[in-house]
Amino acid sequence: MTGDHQTLALLLFSAFVAVTLGITTWVSRHRQGSAEEFYAGGRLFSPMENGFAIAGDYMSAASFLGISGLIALFGYDGVLYSVGFLVAWLVVLFLVAELVRNCGRFTLADVVAARMRERPVRIASGISSVTVSVLYLVAQMVGAGSLVALLLGGTSASARTWTVIGVGALMVVYVTLGGMRATTWIQIVKAVLLMAGAVALTTLVLVRFRGDVNALLNTAVAHSGHGGEFLAPGLKYGGDWSARLDFISLGLALVLGTAGLPHILSRFYTVPTARAARRSVVWAIGLIGGFYLMTIVLGFGAAALVGSDAVRASNAAGNTAVPLLALDLGGGAGSTGGTVLFAVVAAIAFATILAVVAGITLASSASVAHDLYASLRRRRSRRSGGRRSEVAVARLAAAGIGAVAIALSLLAQGQNVAFLVGLAFAVAASANLPVLLYSLFWRNFTTRGAVWAVYGGLVPAVVLVALSPVVSGSPEAVFPGLDFQVFPLQNPGVVSVPLGFLAGWIGTVTSPEPPDAAKHAQTEVRSLTGAGAV
Amino acid sequence: MEKQDGRETAEVRLDDPWYEALASDWGEPDGSGPPPAPVPPGSAADGDADSDIYLRVQRSAAFQEVRGRYRRFVIPASLAFFLWYFAYVVAATTAPELMARPVVGAVNVAMVAGLGQFLSTFLLAWAYARHARLRRDRAALELRWAVFDQEQARQTSGRAR
Repeated sequence: MTGDHQTLALLLFSAFVAVTLGITTWVSRHRQGSAEEFYAGGRLFSPMENGFAIAGDYMSAASFLGISGLIALFGYDGVLYSVGFLVAWLVVLFLVAELVRNCGRFTLADVVAARMRERPVRIASGISSVTVSVLYLVAQMVGAGSLVALLLGGTSASARTWTVIGVGALMVVYVTLGGMRATTWIQIVKAVLLMAGAVALTTLVLVRFRGDVNALLNTAVAHSGHGGEFLAPGLKYGGDWSARLDFISLGLALVLGTAGLPHILSRFYTVPTARAARRSVVWAIGLIGGFYLMTIVLGFGAAALVGSDAVRASNAAGNTAVPLLALDLGGGAGSTGGTVLFAVVAAIAFATILAVVAGITLASSASVAHDLYASLRRRRSRRSGGRRSEVAVARLAAAGIGAVAIALSLLAQGQNVAFLVGLAFAVAASANLPVLLYSLFWRNFTTRGAVWAVYGGLVPAVVLVALSPVVSGSPEAVFPGLDFQVFPLQNPGVVSVPLGFLAGWIGTVTSPEPPDAAKHAQTEVRSLTGAGAV
Repeated sequence: MEKQDGRETAEVRLDDPWYEALASDWGEPDGSGPPPAPVPPGSAADGDADSDIYLRVQRSAAFQEVRGRYRRFVIPASLAFFLWYFAYVVAATTAPELMARPVVGAVNVAMVAGLGQFLSTFLLAWAYARHARLRRDRAALELRWAVFDQEQARQTSGRAR
């Protein structure tokens, strides 16, 4: 990788930063102190705009680079990821999007707290939302660090460190100055860039093979270093039974976790009605599905044109497959076309990370200010008269979360990005989804059930990870020197998701207080009709 | 006559800027059936709380119909796609030989199943959106206004007293 790539990629990336900062100042040129404006961007985005923004929030660099890389190295097993990431959206569309839009104002906790005693439920959901967001944030920022090292050749530790700090600082600027309105526009710009880049590369791959998919697959097999099994599942997850169960666990977490991600839920509040929320999810499904179909072509294309061995030589995890493919499609190393395409892909990957990170930071600052601070303040406000506005707290929280995420990302730099993302999904599926579904659909659900459902999913998920081979007892672990590994799986989903549902059920049936029929009626009528929705 | 009136007001209200105009797509009238009967107006004079309004709406036939339509679509569809996805993941992890069986050229069962997942997701999303637009949106909007009217009535009667 020559200096030309780096200069051009840096130029393009600076242009993206300049444009997005411009958007942020333009959007925030009017003073916007209201919570409606900061958390929900005024609620007047169109379904198409929000659909692009949802897609922008969801398609992270891990999917653009990571999934195509997995396919380039392991063939079909990478496809399993993209299927899980897409099918998850049916859960969101059928069970969550419209109902959440109708019942809530800004966060997940709004929906649950409407039926329950507010304080304990808000604190529980707030804690789990912040946990999920911070995990996801760390995954993205660790990804940013390694991406810079890979793409710009800056392998030195200080280059990584400064990238992580720079990305964190930029996202805090976006969020605190621009709120949801600026964040949404950044997502839209990023989604358009990412789709355009993927379409261009996919077209080039298909043109190279003259539209003959069969030839593409056969060439991929020939250059993969494997035989026909490259096109069948099993190369990566086909080992012993714990590896297979691990994959089933991951599949469960992927499909159920999306509907519990706070930054996805908060997107439904940026449109005026439940109908608009539904249409934005349909847009998002179209965009995300198309994108993942293209990553499959790109992955097999990288195996066919670059070769699995060359990909592996550049990065053992396969993260550079797409940039290498771009280089090849543009005419090879040293050619102008190759240089330009490589730089464009690198810049799109940076833009992707920045946008995703800003979206998560905003959602978690809403959880801190609207759920945690607001609940804890109610007790204190009797003593201290001075009240800070919630939005001011949210801005401070965004800065605080940014700082925490930067610190954790610097500590977690050696971790596998895909694993961290899978973990965030597992926690979201265990702690957020059960309480959300019970609140929307179960007549007899009570406050105790809600609190137990959150902690009953959150605690097992976190504890099982701490006892898993990820943290200790294996060479790639966080603490390779120690061994307190008890749980054999890397992803806790297959155990912790049922535990979350079970805890919610036990909490409800053992609850001393009877369920509140009137509040259930209110939630049910509001969720399906939009009566009283903001 | 009364029904006629209710219909007219509902149509006027569709112009409310907070609610986008409903799509008057092909096939809009058929399948939606007759508009469900409006919620029986409660005795507004008794000054009941919000929760009573919601309980009354929840018990109304119109709401039961909307909820039934929603559940009759969503529950079978969710079960279907979840089982189909779970079967796919389990087959991929436990029966790779089956998945490797060739179908056409280099394309094997696993490829077909994966593309089938994409296709079924797109189809189900489209079917859900169409079902909601044609079978639920209008009735739900009428219920929303019914709740609004009752709340207004309660407030004015409360003020009058």
